[in-house]
Amino acid sequence: MSLDAMKATFTRPESLTDAVTHYCPGCTHGVIHRLVAESLDELGLRERTVGVAPVGCSVLAYNYFNCDFLESPHGRAPALATGFKRLRPDMIVFTYQGDGDLASIGMAEIVHAANRGEKFTTIFVNNAIYGMTGGQMAPTTLPGQVTTTSPRGRNVKEVGMPIRMVELLATLATPAYLERVSVHSPQQIIRAKAAIKRAFAYQEAGRCFSLIEVLSTCPTNWGKTPTEATQWLNENIIPYYPMRVFKTPPEAGNE
Amino acid sequence: MEKVLMKGNEAIAEAALRAGATNYFCYPITPQTEVAEYLARRMPEVGGVFLQGESEVAVGNMLFGAAATGKRVFSSSSSPGVSLMQEAVSYMAGAQLPVVLVNIMRGGPGLGGILPAQSDYFQATKGGGHGDYKVLVLAPATIQEAVDLTMLAFHLADKYRNPVMVIGDGMIGQMMEPVEFPEKYIEPPLPPKTWAATGAKGRKPLILKSLFLDPIALEKNNIEIFKKYAKMEADEVRFELYKTSAKNRILLVSYGTMARICQTAIDELESQGISVGLFRPISLYPYPFNELRAEASRSHIETVLTIEMSMGQMLEDVQRVVGERKPVKFFGRTGGIVPSPEEVIEQIKQLLGKGK
Repeated sequence: MSLDAMKATFTRPESLTDAVTHYCPGCTHGVIHRLVAESLDELGLRERTVGVAPVGCSVLAYNYFNCDFLESPHGRAPALATGFKRLRPDMIVFTYQGDGDLASIGMAEIVHAANRGEKFTTIFVNNAIYGMTGGQMAPTTLPGQVTTTSPRGRNVKEVGMPIRMVELLATLATPAYLERVSVHSPQQIIRAKAAIKRAFAYQEAGRCFSLIEVLSTCPTNWGKTPTEATQWLNENIIPYYPMRVFKTPPEAGNE
Repeated sequence: MEKVLMKGNEAIAEAALRAGATNYFCYPITPQTEVAEYLARRMPEVGGVFLQGESEVAVGNMLFGAAATGKRVFSSSSSPGVSLMQEAVSYMAGAQLPVVLVNIMRGGPGLGGILPAQSDYFQATKGGGHGDYKVLVLAPATIQEAVDLTMLAFHLADKYRNPVMVIGDGMIGQMMEPVEFPEKYIEPPLPPKTWAATGAKGRKPLILKSLFLDPIALEKNNIEIFKKYAKMEADEVRFELYKTSAKNRILLVSYGTMARICQTAIDELESQGISVGLFRPISLYPYPFNELRAEASRSHIETVLTIEMSMGQMLEDVQRVVGERKPVKFFGRTGGIVPSPEEVIEQIKQLLGKGK
């Protein structure tokens, strides 16, 4: 077969830059970035999208997304997104936040943004640990899970049980689209993509607040190989954090 | 437009609207809550955004997001609330975003009290949050001046792409006075806001951030920011002299409501044949250092008396300016106590050796 006859079947989405990644080998942030970028491309939203980067491993998300970006203080991305989207409801706004950022220091901001029904999308990446600072306990760290600040394992008698964010947000009466997905297998990646795209579609239609929790691995700070990390996620994280749709907005016309 | 009788907080709110700030984020706190209540009614009339946030921390960061659109945005609060906004102020200064904050100050530290004070001079003029940055600070002494300076604040914020703070004590917020609003706020032309996040259509993506992991890049950003501060120091110094003359032996230095009380004291003393002058800084940053130094250096001035509704905060800047040239004395009340003109007169008479 000549070179001319070869067809590109897999390319970089327009919504991603060609920057070299800083993420660790085996980290799933790259996969999740791609799913967001593919969704923006397919819905034709890139040119009117503004992302809000968190503090944590994905603090440099703005280097990888080929759209306008704001860099938020730790946990406050939903407040920035609120301010921006309220003034520019015609634009597409998303926050990209980890579990320390969203479920710990940013708990108030995400709960109130969701409760006000702010019409932006949050991609919540939960790997049950603080990655950037080197593996400390997060609100989502599993019982008994060893981290640098829970060296004997998370003691739930002292620090409580891990917070299930999507379940917590699902108790709010305000309409929203809330789903938990994972990216530990090709099948789950396809499901995650569908959820993320659906969230942006709801936003484009001005329907509701949307949050997709994506279960993710952290091989470096879990002290595992990428393959072991994927397996550990499947066997330990998923049983505590069930994957399903927790809330959808009422059908258009019944709102 | 004819004069209307308005409460300070409401006048500030109306002034902001007329300066084109139709976007306001807030959290209730005494003694400035009337700004929020007024705008909750007024904003829908002008098609603007009014939003009560869950905390001042969130409000500060809503301002960050809102300012990134390039539209004029502002908030108002009082001392403890302004402390909570400092996180966002530091980030906005780093990301070079224009925003206006109004601080109707109350007594501190901590929860303090709700009565008028000038307790946040340090916080406002020396940075307030973390990092190398400054906020341009304007201090009105009347409701009319609060209106004028609030409008100016939006222009200066855009001009310098930097947070601007209007600080008044609780008296400025709560007092009613006749004020006049311009039909339309006339301001010099400003450059187009090419820095605003409007979507990467036909251009490269734009990033508004204060993160520079490369120390060379961070230093470069800080140097760039400080070039703006040098320009502010050259062009934005504002102050007023009141009854300064060669007959004065004492120069008062005071700002805001306290300066106004000093004026009443000066008028009373004048009727008693005692001549005293006042130096009133209007911009607290940039501080009128050179102008105050010149006034304090005049040969007829024997003593500089700084008067504040605090334990002595601006005092440190006055001492820095005057140095060893003249003795710098201080009189202040704190905790929400507003000194009377009689107390000021007594202080002056004591200095002149004419005290009780």
